[in-house]
Amino acid sequence: MIAPPPSGPVPYARDFAHRLLTDMLRIRRMEEKSAELYGAGKIRGFLHLYIGEEAVAVGALHALQAEDNLVTTYREHGHALVRGMSMDVILAEMYGKREGCSLGRGGSMHLFDKRTRLFGGNAIVAGGLPVAAGLALADKIQKTSRITACFFGDGAVAEGAFHESMNLAALWQLPVLFCCENNLYAMGTALENSESQTDLCAKAASYRMPTIKVDGMDVVAVHEATRQAQARVRAGEGPLFIEYQTYRFRAHSMFDAELYRSKAEVEEWKTRGPVHTFTARLKQEGKLSEEEFLALDAQVNTEVAAAVAFAEAGTWEPVEHMLADVYTPAGSQP
Amino acid sequence: MSDNTNNRRISYRAALHDGLREALQQDPRVFLLGEDVGRYGGTYAVSRGLLDEFGPERIRDTPLSELAFVGIGIGAALGGMRPIVEVMTVNFSLLALDQIINTAAIYHHMSGGQFSVPLVIRMSTGAGRQVAAQHSNSFEGWYAHIPGIKILAPATIEDARYILAAALADPDPVLLFEHAALYNVEGELPANETVDIKSAKVRRKGTDVTLITYGGSLPKALQAAEAMAQDNISAEVLDLRVLRPLDTEAIVASVRKCHRAVVIDEGWRSGSLSAEVMARIMEQAFFDLDAPVARVCAEEVPIPYARHLEEAALPQPEKIVAAVKALLGERA
Ligand SMILES: Cc1ncc(C[n+]2csc(CCOP(=O)(O)OP(=O)(O)O)c2C)c(N)n1
Ligand SMILES: [Mg+2]
Repeated sequence: MIAPPPSGPVPYARDFAHRLLTDMLRIRRMEEKSAELYGAGKIRGFLHLYIGEEAVAVGALHALQAEDNLVTTYREHGHALVRGMSMDVILAEMYGKREGCSLGRGGSMHLFDKRTRLFGGNAIVAGGLPVAAGLALADKIQKTSRITACFFGDGAVAEGAFHESMNLAALWQLPVLFCCENNLYAMGTALENSESQTDLCAKAASYRMPTIKVDGMDVVAVHEATRQAQARVRAGEGPLFIEYQTYRFRAHSMFDAELYRSKAEVEEWKTRGPVHTFTARLKQEGKLSEEEFLALDAQVNTEVAAAVAFAEAGTWEPVEHMLADVYTPAGSQP
Repeated sequence: MSDNTNNRRISYRAALHDGLREALQQDPRVFLLGEDVGRYGGTYAVSRGLLDEFGPERIRDTPLSELAFVGIGIGAALGGMRPIVEVMTVNFSLLALDQIINTAAIYHHMSGGQFSVPLVIRMSTGAGRQVAAQHSNSFEGWYAHIPGIKILAPATIEDARYILAAALADPDPVLLFEHAALYNVEGELPANETVDIKSAKVRRKGTDVTLITYGGSLPKALQAAEAMAQDNISAEVLDLRVLRPLDTEAIVASVRKCHRAVVIDEGWRSGSLSAEVMARIMEQAFFDLDAPVARVCAEEVPIPYARHLEEAALPQPEKIVAAVKALLGERA
């Protein structure tokens, strides 16, 4: 089904509306800063920015419960931040510092956090889907009320892991919310150049799974659709596939000449940018004043500056520790 | 407790079955999943009868989706369960390599020690049954290349019976290789045995040469040792059992005693586990050697179907004896 765009005013109290906007801004500013830090050589390796897609992580993750599991991809800074990891720890991980969530062993693509049940940024396209199904199976067997949200891109639907996992999740009626961030490209390959069926919901429906397609540029639409979706999964209706139609404004990673799409196309999508459209909407509805916006933006900038300082002050894991944790130390129980 | 009481002759298959059944009885978090483990009774009948006893929630038939159900095992382990995944044979585990190597093996380390994956993956391995190349691979040596997982190769009745409990008690992913030619082998099951998953075991004591082997090649090495005893050659047989981490100490200790060694492995020799064992001997016991270390491995060919060719392609007791005699030179 296509989620009808919620009509009328933003259906949230001021506080929550500000929370959504603030979280989108936090992702935006953190990532703008990380791109800059990449240029300065502070962050290396692969860095996949989420700029343009913020409404998806923010709208969707605010619809989950704290106890839920989250499995995601290498484009996961936004998910980790909204889920409750501190910006300090995320940036320190991007720096490769020991104060990072994974002690600097994973970097930007591999944020893990046991406390918030973030089971990783997985850099194998579709690699997280089977794991998410397994987490959900554990919950089904243990009869918890938890669900597992699994994020992946449009590129993942071409992988066998996607189809095998969708089938098994539906067959066993596992509590998984499959969250597909369809930004129309997998690196430089447009959806129509890789899929015989470009309607991704049709693929999910072939596994007899309910589907929802939603405007991923609209944080309200995302939040409302995800709220409904997670309630159905939690109620034991089995897995559900939700497609967020979104767009990345930046290059795929820091090594992308963007030969495969036109500047005009990017500019066109930018007019629908989730941060400025939601800001304008709130202002128009009298739910946000310019002073409030400036205060909120200033607060986000302070948080980013503090996170950079934290990462800068971080330390390196000593080389003598390098072989630690290849296996779980004896005596510690997983 | 078990349906095959101790101190009697049982088959390798029955020993594995009893170990599995005991694990299911003792820990409600344990469950088995894989292709045809339930209604069919297990491809090699290891899980026969368990569906009736434990029900379809704990003996879970899966579709032909190796990648997904191995990954589901990983997720379930992360979620607090103790899954045992049965992959029908090592040949099909190639479809799940990504989950095993890129996910299970790295989880603990790359999460900064936050998460562990207490998962056991069982699979059959090996050749010798005329099922041709696609069903005759021995990839346990490949898997032994990977840090973050442990590789076990039970070759005896007691290992088959007790190794699963040790594997389940381990907090990390453990791959358990059952050699397909061993399922029907019978032997004595010692009473109340437990096995560790750290050490290699000397299966026959000797003084002239060490035969280093594991899995399906162990009976062949023992047979060769027996034959050589007639010629007054005293061969020690070392069963590696644990292919990762390798028990280098046991290897070196035996080589120091016998001064000669032959490595027997059903895997191919190039870039292999046998090469690794030889390298460790070279690094740590070079000056104890009276002769270069020799190898008897599978010939470098897809394992053929025709019986005479398959036999010729695999390690055999006669080849082991010949390799030892060549090492001993005029003494033999
Ligand atoms: C199995 C696999 N194949 C190829 C790659 C290289 N790769 C990294 S990201 C990517 C594109 C994935 O696109 P999509 O799933 O749409 O996610 P997006 O990057 O658009 O968020 C590719 C091909 C990979 N990481 N894993
Ligand atoms: Mg994409």
